[in-house]
Amino acid sequence: MSLSRRAVLKAGVVAGGGLSLGWQLGSARAALPGQLSAFVQIAADGAIRITAHQPEVGQGVRTSFPMMIAEELDVDWAQVTVVPAPGDRAVYGMQLAGGSMATPTQFERMRRLGAAARAMLVQAAATAWGVPAAEISTGSAMLRHKPSGRSARYADMASAAAQLKAPDPKTVTLKDPGQFRILGRRVPGVDNGKLVSGQPLFGIDARVPGMAYAAFAKSPVFGGKLKRANKAAALAVPGVKAVIDIAERRDLKAEIDVPLPGIEVLPQGIAVIATSTWAALRGRDALACEWEGGDAAFQSTLAWEAAAAKALKDGPQKPGFINHGDAPAKLAGAARQVTADYAYPFIAHAALEPMNCTAQVTDGKCTLWLSTQTPEDARRMVAVALGIKPADVTLHLMRSGGGFGRRLMNDVAVEAAVIAKAAGVPVKLTWDRAQDFAHDWLRPGGWHRLAAGLDAKGDIIAWHDHFISFGRGGNFDPPASIDQSLFPAGVIKDYRADVSVLPIASTLGWLRAPINNAFAFVTQGFIDECAHAAGRDTLEYRRALLGPPRAIPMAAEGGAEGAENSGTPYHTGRMRRVVDEAAVMARWGRKLGPRTGLGIAFHFSHLGYFANVVEASVNDAGDVKVHKIWVAADVGQQIINLSGAENQVQGSVIDALGAALGQRISFADGAVEQVNFGDYSLARMNDAPAVEVKFISTDFPTTGLGEPAYPSLAPALAGAIFQATGKRLRQLPFDTSQLKA
Amino acid sequence: MKLNINGKAVEVNADPDMPLLWALRDILGLTGTKFGCGAGFCGACTVQLDGEPVRGCQTPVSAVGTAKITTIEGLSASAWGRKLQDAWVALDVPQCGYCQAGQLLAAEALLRSTPKPTDADIDAAMSGNLCRCATYTRIRAAIKQAAAA
Repeated sequence: MSLSRRAVLKAGVVAGGGLSLGWQLGSARAALPGQLSAFVQIAADGAIRITAHQPEVGQGVRTSFPMMIAEELDVDWAQVTVVPAPGDRAVYGMQLAGGSMATPTQFERMRRLGAAARAMLVQAAATAWGVPAAEISTGSAMLRHKPSGRSARYADMASAAAQLKAPDPKTVTLKDPGQFRILGRRVPGVDNGKLVSGQPLFGIDARVPGMAYAAFAKSPVFGGKLKRANKAAALAVPGVKAVIDIAERRDLKAEIDVPLPGIEVLPQGIAVIATSTWAALRGRDALACEWEGGDAAFQSTLAWEAAAAKALKDGPQKPGFINHGDAPAKLAGAARQVTADYAYPFIAHAALEPMNCTAQVTDGKCTLWLSTQTPEDARRMVAVALGIKPADVTLHLMRSGGGFGRRLMNDVAVEAAVIAKAAGVPVKLTWDRAQDFAHDWLRPGGWHRLAAGLDAKGDIIAWHDHFISFGRGGNFDPPASIDQSLFPAGVIKDYRADVSVLPIASTLGWLRAPINNAFAFVTQGFIDECAHAAGRDTLEYRRALLGPPRAIPMAAEGGAEGAENSGTPYHTGRMRRVVDEAAVMARWGRKLGPRTGLGIAFHFSHLGYFANVVEASVNDAGDVKVHKIWVAADVGQQIINLSGAENQVQGSVIDALGAALGQRISFADGAVEQVNFGDYSLARMNDAPAVEVKFISTDFPTTGLGEPAYPSLAPALAGAIFQATGKRLRQLPFDTSQLKA
Repeated sequence: MKLNINGKAVEVNADPDMPLLWALRDILGLTGTKFGCGAGFCGACTVQLDGEPVRGCQTPVSAVGTAKITTIEGLSASAWGRKLQDAWVALDVPQCGYCQAGQLLAAEALLRSTPKPTDADIDAAMSGNLCRCATYTRIRAAIKQAAAA
């Protein structure tokens, strides 16, 4: 199973994440005065408290979700105080930051929660005043009965309203979007004031009385065993209080089924307990651990590259893994063929807040302070590791200093809980940056040998891919797979993907727009090549490829899977519209300076339609300068928070720019070679161009923005570089040494 | 030893070799200064010593001496700091927000020395501070807004 839309939906269903949730406060939780639901409390002093239950990883949900409730509650945003929620699915329903699915799966639910609370206040006023509820209007947290001239604050009716039976959320009336006063506006993030003054918000900021600091020595090669360690040297480091053997490697995956599976292993190692993080890390280094063996000891980028080359030469392990129509026959009969090889590396999440967790274990109960995208998984994982019930794990859901998919996995929480139990005191476990790289759940690398058949006009009539990536037991890991509905499958009727699977033992995972973030580069880059071979403008060529506006049904569930879009149609009309808009924004076709180019690309993922144009120039030394990026997006009818939405898109494309220009993880002797930002580069201020964003509202459901702007950047940049230099870059990250004049 | 942090004399009992970052965070509980890379690459731990931005992870606490330390918790004592904070909030700069303390301390030092920075000035002063969410377009805009305030 993958982190596909259906997986997320399934996780929600498992959780009972339907509209009925949010009304029971949970037996352990006492209702506050004026508590209308788990999400809305209106105090006698007029304070309107709205609960933000979703994990905040920078995608803005601590602001955008309360906005949805506030809109239908019919209060002013300035009247709202946002309060945090612990990780507790029984009370709040699904709490999951992943797959850009929070908004599409919960937008209507949040609105109905707000509308239901408003209905309770209206009913309380109707009863108090002895008038029909239908005659009462609301606004700015006031109730008004025009015929009698009566009015009251929400706060005046809240305690009476809280005694009423909550209405069925399905029956409440929602606003017409034309009446929205909060949604669609630019609303600054609710934590901004705390962030700019350094107040503690993140997991790594947690401080618990009696807390010690921990570091954990574990094999840089996945599965490696401890050969020797100098515990005396560690204990001699000032501030080090104890060293603790975590002797048993445990495969937790065998013991638990979490909705977002992975290889959940508690590794063998040695924990160092100290009076500061620095002392703990020094103590860990003083251990000078030597490791041997490990499931992953065979891993080597050089060997994998040779294996991929051999697979391309020898032919695929699994011919016809995806097979629509008859691509080989169409290719053979095509007016001409275009072929090219593409490749991309492993990349790392590199969230700026290093992985950390503070844990306290006493009397069979555990409390966690954790930055996570999946709090419920964390509770279940930790419960299994400690042999206690998930209900006995309390999780303080902390703001995450970046997620990008890394914090879907809760390995650090398991380690912290086990170490805290052994230490007998609360501990804050912090990984250093080298551990973050060494133990990431990487975006897998891959290779593609592509062949397209063009007809007499140059249009693509057949597409053939030999795709090589990574897996276990001859099967792709889900994040390394190919989806049978991934564009251009479906749009090009005769489509075939043969595949080969290279063995890996390290952890692979979901990284911002997983699968799509690599495939868009390959697919859109190759389309550019086909357009060039056909002697046609790449914009016009793309419009022709998309064809007339229509919804192309995606292949049914089953077989290969992994993308976020299975089961949802691909609407060529929505895509053409953003392609056209991006071209207009960038004034496509205009005259450009020397060694300067415009590139365009589009991609659909996470239910969002994105196109972007990149203007870039290349100097004689081969340095690439991106001047500007234009993005046109269709994520359905309603932008929730225009400020946050624009920020997500701008950040996504600059993040993708950094990946295209410099990100690569490699392996030698089984382990990741990169140790810090000195050998793994993120985009910096001097790399960042202006990014102009336009959202096109269409009559489709509102969808998410954490990921889908990312994939189409790299191919658009490659197209711009091709126009500027005539050099086609087919490998990520770009080797700019090829671009010298 | 004694440190001057955000205008206050503070006694800190730390190993002299301990980086200022960890003395601030773990000994003194000033967690606004962030750990990002521990090697001077990312700028998340940026603080000011006598007004100059330095890497807290690369500055042993014994090397601070009598220099005045400014951390994010003390930024609002500076007029430029307050203008930057206002601009940061109004333009909604943060995404995850983890790097922003370091960004603000670098930006405050920039505006104090260069009250009307050009784009090139901003590139030069700010390129040592990584933002993993890549909020750079808004950081640039907020610095300019604060400069104009």
